[in-house]
Amino acid sequence: MSNFEVLLVAGMMVVTFGVRYPVLALVSKLALPPVILDALKFIPPAVLTAIIVPAVLMPQGALDFGVDNAYLVAAVAAALLAWRSKNLLLTIVGGMAIFLAWRWLL
Amino acid sequence: MMGGSRSQWAEFGRGAKATFPLVVGAVPFGIIFGAVAVNSGLSPWATAALSLFVFAGASQFVAAGLVAGGAGLLVIVLTTFVVNLRHSLYAVSLAPYVKQLPQRWLLPLGFTLTDETFLIAEQRYRAPDNSPDKHWHQAGSAAFMYLNWQLCTWIGIVAGSALPNPGGWGLDFALVVTFIGMLFPGLRSRPFVASALAAGAAAVLLGSLPNRLGLLAATLIGVAAGMLVERATRGASRERAPAHTTARSPAPEGDAP
Repeated sequence: MSNFEVLLVAGMMVVTFGVRYPVLALVSKLALPPVILDALKFIPPAVLTAIIVPAVLMPQGALDFGVDNAYLVAAVAAALLAWRSKNLLLTIVGGMAIFLAWRWLL
Repeated sequence: MMGGSRSQWAEFGRGAKATFPLVVGAVPFGIIFGAVAVNSGLSPWATAALSLFVFAGASQFVAAGLVAGGAGLLVIVLTTFVVNLRHSLYAVSLAPYVKQLPQRWLLPLGFTLTDETFLIAEQRYRAPDNSPDKHWHQAGSAAFMYLNWQLCTWIGIVAGSALPNPGGWGLDFALVVTFIGMLFPGLRSRPFVASALAAGAAAVLLGSLPNRLGLLAATLIGVAAGMLVERATRGASRERAPAHTTARSPAPEGDAP
C-alpha cells in the first residue's frame, strides 16, 4: 500500500469508528431529553428513504421517470413485494431478479 | 465472549439467521465494491483493508469513486464522516440497551454497527421478553455481516482485476433493494410514512448539495416531519377523547413544547 492508501484507510477508520463506538459507549451515561428519544425512532425510515429515492429516480444524476429506468421499475416492484409479502429475502432476491431481467430486456 | 453458555450461543445463532436476507443483499454489493475499487486506482490490499478496518459499505463505495476522481485525502475522509454520521444515530438508539455491558463487548459491537445489524438488533432489543443475552443476538448478526463482507470484497477484487468496467453491471442496485426491504416493516403508522416521504422528497431536492450533505439534511427533515405528524395526530385524538379517559400516549405531557 502507498502512503496515501495507508492514510486513507486510517482516516476513514477513525471517523467511522468515531461516529459509532463513542456514542454507543457514552450516550447511555447521560440522560437524554424525551424529545431526542422521540426523534430517534424516525431515523431509520428517514435515512433509508433518503438513500433509496435519489438512487432510484436519478441513477444517472438527472430525474428519470421513464420505463427504461430499470432502477425505478425494479424498485417499484420490490416495494410491492415488500409490502404484500413482508418477506425480506423474497423482496431482495425478487427485486434483484426483476432489475437484471429488465436491463437485459431493454 | 468465547465462554458463552448454550443459550447465549443459541441467541448468537438466531441473530445470524435473522440477518441472512440482508447478507444476501450484501453479497452483490460487496462484490461490486471490490471490483469497482480495484478499477478506481486503489490497490487490492487497500481495498481489502477498507473492508477490514472501516466496514461501512456505502462510504467505501463513495470513497472509491472519489479516489477515481482524484479527490484529496481530506475530502474523502470528511465525506466518509458525513456519509457515516447516520451510524451515530443508530448508536444513540441502541445505547440504552447495552449500557450494562463491559468494554470488551462495546468495542466490537460499536465497530461493527451497520445499517443491517442495527435493524436486526433493534428489533431484538425491542422484543418484550426479558432475556439478558440480547447482545449475543446483535453479535451474531454483526459477525455474519462482517465475515461475509470480507469474503465478498475478496471475490470482487479478483473479479474486478480480471474484468473491465464492473460498474456497468448495475449491481449497485443490490444496496437499493436491500434498503427497500428494510424500510417497509418500519412504516408502522402514519408518522413513519410521513417521515419517509419527506426524507425522500428532500433527498431529491437537496441532492446537489456538496459532499453528500443532502443525505444528512434530508434525514433531519424526515425526522422533523415524522415528529410533526405524530404530534398533530396525538393532539387530534386528545381533542376527540373525553378528558377523563386514559391518554393513549405513555407520556401525555412529554410533547409539550
